[in-house]
Amino acid sequence: MSERILDINNLSVTFGGLHALKDLNFHVDEGEIVGVIGPNGAGKTTFFNMISGMVTPSSGEILFEGESMIGLDPNQVTQRGISRTFQNVRLFANMTIVENVMVAQHCRTKKGIFSSLFNTPGFRKEEAEIRAHAEKVLGFFGTRLIGYRLEQPASVLSYANRRRLEIARAMATSPRLLLLDEPVAGMNPKESAELTDLIGKLRSEWGFTIVMIEHDMNVVRDVSDRVVCLDHGETLAQGSFEEVSNNPEVIEAYLGRPLEKRA
Amino acid sequence: MSTTTTDNDVFEPSPAESAMAAAPVQSSVDWNKVARFGGILALALVFISLSGMPVGLDKRTILYWINPGVYVNNPDGVGLTLGYLSLLIWPILLGWAVGNEVVLEGMQATKRGFSDLLAGFGVGALGGLGVFALTFLMGLDREMDPDSGALVYGVRDPLVNWNENLYVLLTFNRGWGFALWVWPLLAGVLALIGAGLRLLPDGIRKAVLAAVTAIVSVSIFQFLIDDVIEGVGETINDPGRLSNFFGDPDDGRPRVDSVFDGLIEFVYAQTGGLRLQGMILIGVVAAALSLAGSYVTRGRFKASRKAYFDKPLAQRTMSTSVLMFVTALALIILPFFTGKIANELFANVGIFLLLALGLNIVVGLAGILDLGYVAFFAVGGYTTAVLTSAGRGDEWPSWVPLFVTDDGEAVVGGWLIALVFVVIFAAITGLLIGAPVIRMRGDYLAIVTLGFGEIIRLLFLSDWLSGYFGGAQGITNIESADFGPLGTVSGINPRSVFYLVLFFSAIAIYVSWRLERSRLGRAWMAIREDESVAEAMGINTVNMKLMAFVVGAVLASFSGAIFSAKVGSIFPTSFLILVSIIILVVVIVGGMGNIMGVIVGSLVLIGVLGGPKQPGLLQEFSEYKLLIYGALLIWMMLKRPEGLVPNARRSRELHQDEFLQDAWLKGEVDTGDDGDVAVEVAPA
Ligand SMILES: Nc1ncnc2c1ncn2[C@@H]1O[C@H](COP(=O)(O)OP(=O)(O)OP(=O)(O)O)[C@@H](O)[C@H]1O
Ligand SMILES: [Mg+2]
Repeated sequence: MSERILDINNLSVTFGGLHALKDLNFHVDEGEIVGVIGPNGAGKTTFFNMISGMVTPSSGEILFEGESMIGLDPNQVTQRGISRTFQNVRLFANMTIVENVMVAQHCRTKKGIFSSLFNTPGFRKEEAEIRAHAEKVLGFFGTRLIGYRLEQPASVLSYANRRRLEIARAMATSPRLLLLDEPVAGMNPKESAELTDLIGKLRSEWGFTIVMIEHDMNVVRDVSDRVVCLDHGETLAQGSFEEVSNNPEVIEAYLGRPLEKRA
Repeated sequence: MSTTTTDNDVFEPSPAESAMAAAPVQSSVDWNKVARFGGILALALVFISLSGMPVGLDKRTILYWINPGVYVNNPDGVGLTLGYLSLLIWPILLGWAVGNEVVLEGMQATKRGFSDLLAGFGVGALGGLGVFALTFLMGLDREMDPDSGALVYGVRDPLVNWNENLYVLLTFNRGWGFALWVWPLLAGVLALIGAGLRLLPDGIRKAVLAAVTAIVSVSIFQFLIDDVIEGVGETINDPGRLSNFFGDPDDGRPRVDSVFDGLIEFVYAQTGGLRLQGMILIGVVAAALSLAGSYVTRGRFKASRKAYFDKPLAQRTMSTSVLMFVTALALIILPFFTGKIANELFANVGIFLLLALGLNIVVGLAGILDLGYVAFFAVGGYTTAVLTSAGRGDEWPSWVPLFVTDDGEAVVGGWLIALVFVVIFAAITGLLIGAPVIRMRGDYLAIVTLGFGEIIRLLFLSDWLSGYFGGAQGITNIESADFGPLGTVSGINPRSVFYLVLFFSAIAIYVSWRLERSRLGRAWMAIREDESVAEAMGINTVNMKLMAFVVGAVLASFSGAIFSAKVGSIFPTSFLILVSIIILVVVIVGGMGNIMGVIVGSLVLIGVLGGPKQPGLLQEFSEYKLLIYGALLIWMMLKRPEGLVPNARRSRELHQDEFLQDAWLKGEVDTGDDGDVAVEVAPA
């Protein structure tokens, strides 16, 4: 029996009058990969924003490894061990690829202004470690992001590689829980199949627990242990991929209400 | 300028010509463009005339030999004056500019020739007509006052410079009828010359430009040349001086006769300005040097420069440190070969350089647009003043230290101890101002810091605190900084101020350089790029921004402390918003986020144009300094928003398309098609 890593109880988020999330209950166990699906505007990204501290819930509780996360700033959440990617890729476009990953280790390193100024041995050692870790993380994606690419600005990357770099950046914060917002969006089938593979390895080799929002059902099927479907800010169904994908309410949410039921 | 079209490394030198020669297209005059440029020229000339610059600068002769043969406001009555030059330079520049066209790689270039000259003349003639129109309107408005017999103008009131002096200057004292044909012709010919420059072969053109630049600079900077000759003379006569850094100022010793005196007399006229013989001499020497230079180096300089920048950062360190060592050595020796004026100039540049380096960390690195930066300069200045002036307000309790001896001399090392307090108070002020504003972003932060900058100044000005800071009277009698055996730094010896400022600038440069390459620098960059994402990636943005703010504050306060010791008295008017703005302009024009850029920016703006109250090289232009600042800033924003010496990152940001195109040419752009890339590399 594995530990419960994330536990969300009766959580609501409202924007003005809009209930983006309503009385949501959700949990993740250590080592799980949970897929979150749902039609556009269902509140999936809001759900991530709320976990990562970028949006404050109006009620409910979030427990990460048993401790409440309500009221923490995003950087504190990351510090505690939750990291995320963004649906609309948001890299530091004018920083180099390796810098993007190095800067993400900020909260795991601590050399301050004086050791930087005096270039102390401790500072140099830490810099070398940051760099080495960054290269190791980037190496996870094959040769695409390393070599001469390291020193190139993130803005030269192709769309798929930007997504990969976003994942690398999130990995570099050394999280225990990784939140991926539509990691394969915009990729061709070959690329998404490959990334699906890598997501599996993120768990088996790197030991991350993963929550993944994804519209691509092949990816969700291949990699998730459990699937949760959100609609209008509420949990519509959860369980294995087969259970959820065959759930009539889920089908309805995606495809609309069949004609005969409407009356 | 697009890097793709000009610096193609595949070709041998001067690819432009060979590309052009390939398949030129016969060109005709683009009259639309001519009309546009002519209109711009006319407006520029009218605007400059009405700004008062031509009349104001008409006392200063540049070339003694040209005799317009008519009345100019110069009592000596002869010569091309700086006033006329301020107008006549524009037809040349615009005549040159109208021939400019972007030639894209692989596109056919138009053939240069007669049509360019015609276009140039057209532009100039239109501009000249603009001047004529101005004189015509002035002529209509001009009336003899029946009582006094003086000539009066109706619209004199709103337009101060709409007056007889300008009318006389623009019409060469011959009425607007003369202006009607003389201005279009004169401006037309000048613009034609400007356009003609394009037709010359590269080497010759460079030589001509070198000659003209040399002639104009030698005559404008006459005082500086005198000054340098004095410094060189003194050092040659008394080499012992070289060991004496902070030592006695270049006191009132008689000017040393030097070998150069004869030369000076040969070159310059008695009334100021170059003689014809001087002009020829300087022009020929400059042209010859330029020709010889381009023959000897033949692109080697450019090549080595390129080689340097092509090296990865890590391998540049060796050449960089050699370069830095040489520069430092040059800077240390230089003040011994210049006189008081130049050293004063260096000292002022240094004071603003120090400020700009600090602001560069705040704005350039962390992206915090602080418009109240002068506050920290003021805190540094006032703290030093309070601790080292017997003339400080009398309400200070006796336990507040005062580093002045009983007989009113500076305490040895007093300034340095005061500096400790300066750093502490600057950091505290930084935290106090920073804490409330740092959570704001962008424009809001800029406006609020602007307000805080004013508040600090108003506090120093207030009656309420005048028992401490002297209100509008400020604090006077600030002691010089006495370093004991090393010497004393004070305003009467600008060389010593220069060394002090050089030392602190070196510290500031080191600090910026180290921080940029550290964990903190990366965090600042990330915040500048996208603050919310930086926060989501685990960066405590509030703390990091506050830290940038405080580091900037401390650097500015150093500058304030030096300023205080140099000037010897400070007043709230030394700390106007204008100072903040000018420092920001220095950073922007130089190249935000780039240390070298900030240095160049301070040299160009503070050194050449002058600081808010400090004269620069172009002393004559002091009155129009802000006008020139404004024009320069607008021009920079339009043509070169990344600054004179751009930061690689920033220029990438601003020229994203061109950069990507470049990378594409090099085959480095990621097309996303990576079917052949091995993926099986497992994490080590
Ligand atoms: N900051 C905000 N302010 C107001 N409304 C918001 C905000 N963020 C999200 N919303 C609204 O909340 C609802 C849920 O949005 P969310 O982005 O979470 O959907 P999603 O499930 O991620 O959709 P998609 O599949 O398109 O990404 C939408 O109606 C959206 O307009
Ligand atoms: Mg979404």
